[in-house]
Amino acid sequence: MLEKAIYGGRRYWVWVCFLLSLIGVGFLAYLYQFQNGLGVTGMSRDVSWGLYIGQFTFLVGVAASGVMVVLPYYLHDYKKFARLTILGEFLAIAAVIMCMLFIFVDLGQPLRVLNVILHPTPNSVMFYDMLVLSGYLFLNLLIGWTVLGAERKEVAPPKWVKPLIILSIAWAPSIHTVTAFLYAGIPGRHFWLTAILAARFLASAFAGGPALLIILAMIVRKYTKFDPGKEAIQTLGKIVTYCMLINVFFLGLELFTAFYSQIPGHMHAFQYLYAGLHGHSQLVPIMWLSSILAVIAIALLVFPQIRKNESLLAVACAATFFSLWIDKGFGLVIGGFVPNPFEKITEYWPTLPEALITLAVWAIGFLVLTILYKIAVSVKEDVVFDKYGERQIKAE
Amino acid sequence: MSMNRREFIKIAGLSSILGIGGVTGVTALKNSVEASQVSKNPEALTAKRWAMVVDMSKFASEEDFQPCIDACHRVHNVPHVTDNPKHEVKWMWPETYEHAFPGNEDEYRAEKYQHMPFLMLCNHCENPPCVRVCPTQATFKRKSDGIVMMDMHRCIGCRFCMAGCPYGARSFNYKNPRPFIDESKENPEFPTRMKGVVEKCTLCYERLAKGLEPACVEAAKEVAVKKGTTPGLIFGDLEDPASEVRKILSERFTIRRKPELGTSPSVYYII
Ligand code: SF4
Ligand code: SF4
Ligand code: SF4
Repeated sequence: MLEKAIYGGRRYWVWVCFLLSLIGVGFLAYLYQFQNGLGVTGMSRDVSWGLYIGQFTFLVGVAASGVMVVLPYYLHDYKKFARLTILGEFLAIAAVIMCMLFIFVDLGQPLRVLNVILHPTPNSVMFYDMLVLSGYLFLNLLIGWTVLGAERKEVAPPKWVKPLIILSIAWAPSIHTVTAFLYAGIPGRHFWLTAILAARFLASAFAGGPALLIILAMIVRKYTKFDPGKEAIQTLGKIVTYCMLINVFFLGLELFTAFYSQIPGHMHAFQYLYAGLHGHSQLVPIMWLSSILAVIAIALLVFPQIRKNESLLAVACAATFFSLWIDKGFGLVIGGFVPNPFEKITEYWPTLPEALITLAVWAIGFLVLTILYKIAVSVKEDVVFDKYGERQIKAE
Repeated sequence: MSMNRREFIKIAGLSSILGIGGVTGVTALKNSVEASQVSKNPEALTAKRWAMVVDMSKFASEEDFQPCIDACHRVHNVPHVTDNPKHEVKWMWPETYEHAFPGNEDEYRAEKYQHMPFLMLCNHCENPPCVRVCPTQATFKRKSDGIVMMDMHRCIGCRFCMAGCPYGARSFNYKNPRPFIDESKENPEFPTRMKGVVEKCTLCYERLAKGLEPACVEAAKEVAVKKGTTPGLIFGDLEDPASEVRKILSERFTIRRKPELGTSPSVYYII
């Protein structure tokens, strides 16, 4: 099926070349970082994780969110998601690959990365994160490829994929839960030390991931003959709405506990992020941007009449995505480090090489995504669907 | 020390490949290696759990504590990174009370306590979160004496341990540390590090093995001799009821940093 990726129009190749050039620039920036050490980033002794780990965290959520289309389709037989599932699975693959790359570019000694496997350490959450992420990648590759392959041959997918699909559904929340445990089990970082963190992660993931998927589905529909289905997009919109509301509710729970209890350690990070602390307020504008985007997103999403308008839905999804991207891909990580264990403040802002590397990893992700979607769409364009979006299988 | 940790691992790995040692064989070998690390040299200082007491009454000004810091940083080739405070590497340094013991601030506390230079170092926690989170065991607690060690050749530089340490005891080499080491003062007996690894106080395990006290403790003694007082840093075995640290702990009021986190630090402060 891979050969489908090399037949494309002019637009396809321009896009691929654009991504490749971003990757090239980022690769040079990475060589610079590799040569000079992580000192070329904005990270410090106090804020020892930054944009890379933030992006990793955010993207684990995007990867996990694939389950939001797979689950209704396979467990509830929700036929309208038939054409979306493959897009969800392939998005998960691209996201997991980006996750792994973000971990890799964050390492101080990347050549020693195999030490994690050579010296497996079951007491480290990182160990489980590695296991669940690679397992999830494998499952999605296998399932996505097999189901699509069967579709191309216009036969029913082999029986053995069904149990794997069920497994992948159970697996998806685990990757984000384990990722939350990276943070939530650390003593002395009040911002992260909260039992609700994994739940918050899942809620924001199940809002942000499907929001991205809606946008992707709209793009696919615009530029190809393949239509994932209007109703499928609307249902996804509903999922985004509920999850975004739950996410904001969870954030409210955190704020209540911190500010009603008035325990300084619990309030500090929120104060730093949203109001500034002891005159340090570098993150305040973007955190407010995130909040405003969240309000806009919710205002557009909660009213079904507005949500049914696809261009407004697209705006709402973009707002959701960027709001969560700032909140989780940036604020969450930095907030945990400010103030530091001495209650001093060191601020963080990414540097140019760091931003270029980050951009390149995203470009790699989008390249993988483009190729996978190209294949999926080429196969799907040839397949006949009935009015429910269920593919027509000749063999039956 | 005839065999270091790396060599042990190689041998252990090899013997298990060859089927010489099963799990028990490896464990036995590991124990003997652990033992050899501390008892090979008959003069080596040993303990069940090393601890340090910092007597703040002896640290009034910079001239009292700076020699301890300098001694540590000199014998361990700790880079003096001056061009960017964000990349600072330090194994021992002073903090004021409000920063050393955050959450215990009191605006009416006597001035003299507010400005005391509390010496910070790794607490060699009995239950160290840094060890718990490390995905490669590059930081590990030595069973024989409780020292939280670093294997800088194994560290992948993920900095999970820095997020995990609630005491800010760890430094990361954001760049090649070698240009920041004064060559004329370099200690050829202690390895220098490369960029991309984490480092911290290792309680002078290398000196203990030779029968020497930690460098900072030695420096504190020199200061004490000059001033005609007792030293401000006291080092000893927490599990030996007859040790000096235990004697102090049974007589004086001491505090530890953030004991509520359950890490059980091995560094005590007398105010
Ligand atoms: S003080 Fe920090 S680095 Fe030292 S043992 Fe405790 S947790 Fe680990
Ligand atoms: S930075 Fe090194 S010592 Fe720290 S957790 Fe990672 S591998 Fe372990
Ligand atoms: S015990 Fe050794 S390594 Fe630790 S601070 Fe003192 S001199 Fe430095």
